[in-house]
Amino acid sequence: MLALSSQLNTYLFLAAFLFAAGLYGLVQRRSLIGMLISGELVLSGASVNLMAFNHFLAPDPTVGQIFTLFIMGIAAAEAAIALSIIIAVYRNYQTIDAEDLHDLQG
Amino acid sequence: MEQTLLSAEGLSGLIFLALVAVTVIGALVAVAAQRLVRGIAGLSLCFIGVAGLYYFLNSPFVAMMEMLIYVGAVCVAIAFAIMLAEPRSEDKVGKTSGLGAVFGVIVGGLAFLGLALADKHTHWAGAPSKLNSGSLTEVGKALLTSYSLVFELISLVLLVAIIGALVLAQSGRDK
Repeated sequence: MLALSSQLNTYLFLAAFLFAAGLYGLVQRRSLIGMLISGELVLSGASVNLMAFNHFLAPDPTVGQIFTLFIMGIAAAEAAIALSIIIAVYRNYQTIDAEDLHDLQG
Repeated sequence: MEQTLLSAEGLSGLIFLALVAVTVIGALVAVAAQRLVRGIAGLSLCFIGVAGLYYFLNSPFVAMMEMLIYVGAVCVAIAFAIMLAEPRSEDKVGKTSGLGAVFGVIVGGLAFLGLALADKHTHWAGAPSKLNSGSLTEVGKALLTSYSLVFELISLVLLVAIIGALVLAQSGRDK
């Protein structure tokens, strides 16, 4: 039990859990910010996965770290854009509940 | 392999278990909390746990960036957005539909089961030898040689994101 940190499967299961929790949140959350939080969880699951493979399997252990750094940059940009869109939506509709935003429904 | 609890390996194993628990509990709080403020607290807890995992994966620099960018910047930005735009949660509690939660559990559970089974039934073949130690020096060299184009591109993406966020937040300001 105490040697879990040196096994690849521990990290993979944890990454799968983070991904699944993010998916659950994406489906279940009704507010836009809740969905954004769940999206961040999905991204972090992907990052943990890459870092685990990088540490245990990759021939060049810098690749995964660089990939994770780029994911962080993308996630920061995504969060900034998504938050400003959410604020703009809130100004126009006075709500961030996805089910109250009817105007774009076909 | 028997390890005593008070040896260095045993203590680091305990810390690892604590980090895993922090990550899992944080993720659960982030997706299941009724109020968004609690959700963002859970998210930052989860990111702190993930940063600890990166430390165990022999990359302290990525762990530091995780703390700096995710916990320090992204979570705080989301917290500000929640303060600006969170609906009054009291009249929200009764409105949550059970159907969404059921679908969420099905989708999330299936995804977890599929990924976990795929992990379990795959034989991962490791690389015969490592090209370098994966230290921060090597990461820096690779960033400025092999990945310099991506490095430039991501700074461009961030610049565009900053300008876009400013423009988006500016429109409708006078309402």
